[in-house]
Amino acid sequence: MSKPKFAMYWAASCGGCEIAVLNIHEKILDVDANFDVVFWPVAMDAKYKDVEAMEDGSILLTLFNGGIRNDENEHIAHLLRKKSKILVAFGSCACEGCIPGLANFSPINEIVETAFSTISTDNPQGIRPQTSYQMPEGEIHIPTLYPVLRTLDSVVDVDYYMPGCPPESHQIGAVIDLVVQVLQGKAELPPKGATIGAGNSTVCDECKRTRNVKTIKEFSRIQLMHADPELCLLEQGIPCNGVATRSGCDARCPTAGAQCIGCYGPAEGVIDYGARLVSAFASVIDANDPAEIDRILDGLVDPAGQFYRFNLAGSLLKAGKSAFQRSNV
Amino acid sequence: MSEKIGVYVCHCGTNIAGIVDVADVSQWAGEKLAANGVVISRDYKFMCSSLGQELIQKDIQEQGLTRVVVAACSPHLHEKTFRNACQGADLNPYLCELVSIREQDSWVHTDKVAATEKAKAILSGGVARVEHHEALEPLRVPIHPDTLVVGGGIAGIQAALEIADAGFHVYLVEREPSIGGHMAQFDKTFPTLDCSACILTPKMVDVGNHPNITLLTWSEVQKVDGYIGNFVATIKQKARYVKIEDCTGCGICWEKCPKKVVDEVFEAGLGNRKVIYTPFPQAVPKYPVIDAPNCTYFLKGTCKACEKFCPTGAIDFNQQDEEITVQVGNIILATGYDLFDVRRMPQYGYGRLANVYTSLEFERLGNAAGPTGGNIVLRDGKTVPKAVGIVHCVGSRDQNYNPYCSAICCMQSLKFAHLVHERTGAEVYNFYIDMRTPSKGYEEFYQRLLEEGTHFVRGKVAEVTNLARIPEEEGKLIVQVEDTLIGKQRRIPLDMVILSAGIQARHDAKEVGKLFGISCSADAWYIERHPKLDPVATMTDGIYIAGCAQGPKDIPASVAQGAAAAARVLGKIQQKEISLEPVRATVIEEHCSGCRICNDLCPFSAILYLEDKKVSEINPALCQGCGTCVAACPAGAISGTGFSNEQILSQIEGLLLLNIRQLEAVPA
Repeated sequence: MSKPKFAMYWAASCGGCEIAVLNIHEKILDVDANFDVVFWPVAMDAKYKDVEAMEDGSILLTLFNGGIRNDENEHIAHLLRKKSKILVAFGSCACEGCIPGLANFSPINEIVETAFSTISTDNPQGIRPQTSYQMPEGEIHIPTLYPVLRTLDSVVDVDYYMPGCPPESHQIGAVIDLVVQVLQGKAELPPKGATIGAGNSTVCDECKRTRNVKTIKEFSRIQLMHADPELCLLEQGIPCNGVATRSGCDARCPTAGAQCIGCYGPAEGVIDYGARLVSAFASVIDANDPAEIDRILDGLVDPAGQFYRFNLAGSLLKAGKSAFQRSNV
Repeated sequence: MSEKIGVYVCHCGTNIAGIVDVADVSQWAGEKLAANGVVISRDYKFMCSSLGQELIQKDIQEQGLTRVVVAACSPHLHEKTFRNACQGADLNPYLCELVSIREQDSWVHTDKVAATEKAKAILSGGVARVEHHEALEPLRVPIHPDTLVVGGGIAGIQAALEIADAGFHVYLVEREPSIGGHMAQFDKTFPTLDCSACILTPKMVDVGNHPNITLLTWSEVQKVDGYIGNFVATIKQKARYVKIEDCTGCGICWEKCPKKVVDEVFEAGLGNRKVIYTPFPQAVPKYPVIDAPNCTYFLKGTCKACEKFCPTGAIDFNQQDEEITVQVGNIILATGYDLFDVRRMPQYGYGRLANVYTSLEFERLGNAAGPTGGNIVLRDGKTVPKAVGIVHCVGSRDQNYNPYCSAICCMQSLKFAHLVHERTGAEVYNFYIDMRTPSKGYEEFYQRLLEEGTHFVRGKVAEVTNLARIPEEEGKLIVQVEDTLIGKQRRIPLDMVILSAGIQARHDAKEVGKLFGISCSADAWYIERHPKLDPVATMTDGIYIAGCAQGPKDIPASVAQGAAAAARVLGKIQQKEISLEPVRATVIEEHCSGCRICNDLCPFSAILYLEDKKVSEINPALCQGCGTCVAACPAGAISGTGFSNEQILSQIEGLLLLNIRQLEAVPA
């Protein structure tokens, strides 16, 4: 009997998710032992037409990382959906847009201008990318950018979500273990739509710092103060997102002394992560005078980055208004 | 769709039907929302009538409805009506949803087509929401039979006596050393000219002696926790420096006290009092207080005259402020008013021109127990005025100060005019904008004044000055006024001018309102639950308001409100138990990581942090379902009954007609 088939793909992402998968060390051998890896651009050579030639539903497990930024991303998302039994939105980009999703604050022409003309760019001829170009050999194409980045599940049906930027290696290992056990008939798959490879409370649950009733008189940035290593960071005025972020990472950042920035996404049952966090922070600001409240809020230097760093594309907002404005690319 | 939903669209006469095509809305719901569970949809002239309610009940019983949506007025008005109707037909009342197509639609739009479409959207939201409703049972909690009355003026006194006479205990808290309020300062009351003290003091004595009243004067409420039936109030009793268990109120201490200060409160600055004092001879309780910031002993460490002469050894300089906590079921706020500060209108010269008086000063001047023994004389203490002007509406009905009518000034000014006329024979001029005498016997009193020969000048006084232009004005106060009845500017030389100052909310009314969890209008008057139909209740269950704290009013109205508030409280006490709305927040324990964001937010102190489990928990008896913690919880671990994410989001989807569009969006 042939081994079940495994695929992994990257759309609009940084590649960190791929590294995280390789970072599971010897467990990668389990993947090889139990699966036939049929498509994984970062690790092996394969052509899209090979995938297109496969039978529908013939791939058992596909880990799809990255958001949907262009028509190529969307094409492959549809293709892999058709060919896969289990499609996992793998990592923050596929689940909720992540850092590439922050581009949803800007229209495409601005993004392209920034990429091709700012001072750090060496582009003396002022070249701009063209979606099609006539070569002596014929016309060639590059993918067309969409006005906004979308999450995987806004394009295709997704079976499971695996959050994290990137997902923690031990969580990936655990998921691989689970699928192997399911194959061996020793375990059952969670219900469709579930979040896997994460906890179902918040980072605070795994954070060892002491927590008290919170009253915030001042927000500060972590590099500007000596934080108490034992005490909850948020109580000290460091805008730690752990209170709203799904557990599963073992509270790595707060344990190391840095605030949680929210890469594991919203906790179970939370519809809009940023809105939740805004509401929570606002609730514990210890002031009644509007001017004083404004002063305290000024301590949050980058509200969009603070509250929507990972989930703008997946939020109820989806994007800033400007992103939808007509762009000239 | 497992639920069978009945939809009822109300015409509300022409209130709704005049703008919204209710028949169309009803028919639309029956057709388009059938896929969402609507099995019957009707419209009716008045859904809230008993016939309308019976219509719903009949459908519940005959059609087996499991959910009811009524599109009518605001839930504020008739939610209870329709819930009860459902209950009457054995459908859990919380499975009924009332959506407002009157306040939120027909009353605010003029475009009939758009308003009809909006009504459909609102109704669709209600239908989408009601599917997620749960059957709830109200929580029943006992009502503590004791009552807290705050403010010992006539409204508070009346309320306290009504409740105490009915056999229930009252804590009456008063900030000043004695109860009595403003009424104790007045000489006569309009329009009957009863002696104010003669009718007030018996009531004060009743309060002082009543076995069911615990009188806490020289005290202020610091903190209020809890909810209707179960409030806990923390009261600060300021140190009197007099042991009330030993004091007999004999008065030797204030006789012997060597230091006099100006009495800014009771005598309105016209007279003096000693440093150990009761504000007036008939004060209740009879025990004096020491005004520590002015007391020579507290300032310099010597004197102690009061202690030396006290026959019962009742003086105790070591007394400290005390905190008392009391448990009460209901609270009545009768905190009264402040007088408009006439210094804010420098054109009237108060404080600069000696013989310009405030109304309260004149009350003391005319009072037989006041600083002049009731002789109406100028500030020199001896000259009887020959011409007196009374200015109405000072600080009232004036866009620069208070826009409202203070309600009592016309009658008060007429009373002053009468007293001046009666006691001095002086020429009296009343300067008024409009004469407002709407209550029983008031217009007759005005007629009497007209017959007494009082001069009425209709016009707003521009200025009171002492700068004479002609010899006749030398040494006089001159009132510059446009007499609008003759269309001429007039300058009237007078000896005395009385400014009939308006009344305004207590300077700290907003903070006090916050303390008790009730809201204030822009003018800082406490807001009643309904301006016509529920004038003494507030939006906070168990908190009632009476007297001028609610808005300007005269003595009869204050007394009526005090009694009304008492009747409302007695009604609650007699119920012994109260059912609380089962709209409560709950913590989903496995989602809570004990971040403690919510811990300090609950206005009812219902959230407890369990140190051992590291989770927060909500006490359902204390929770009032306000939703503060639900909104604050960053983990979404707190859910509010009746306001779950599912309910709210489906309502939004329904409002956006997403439920229908999906069905209609058949690709060509």
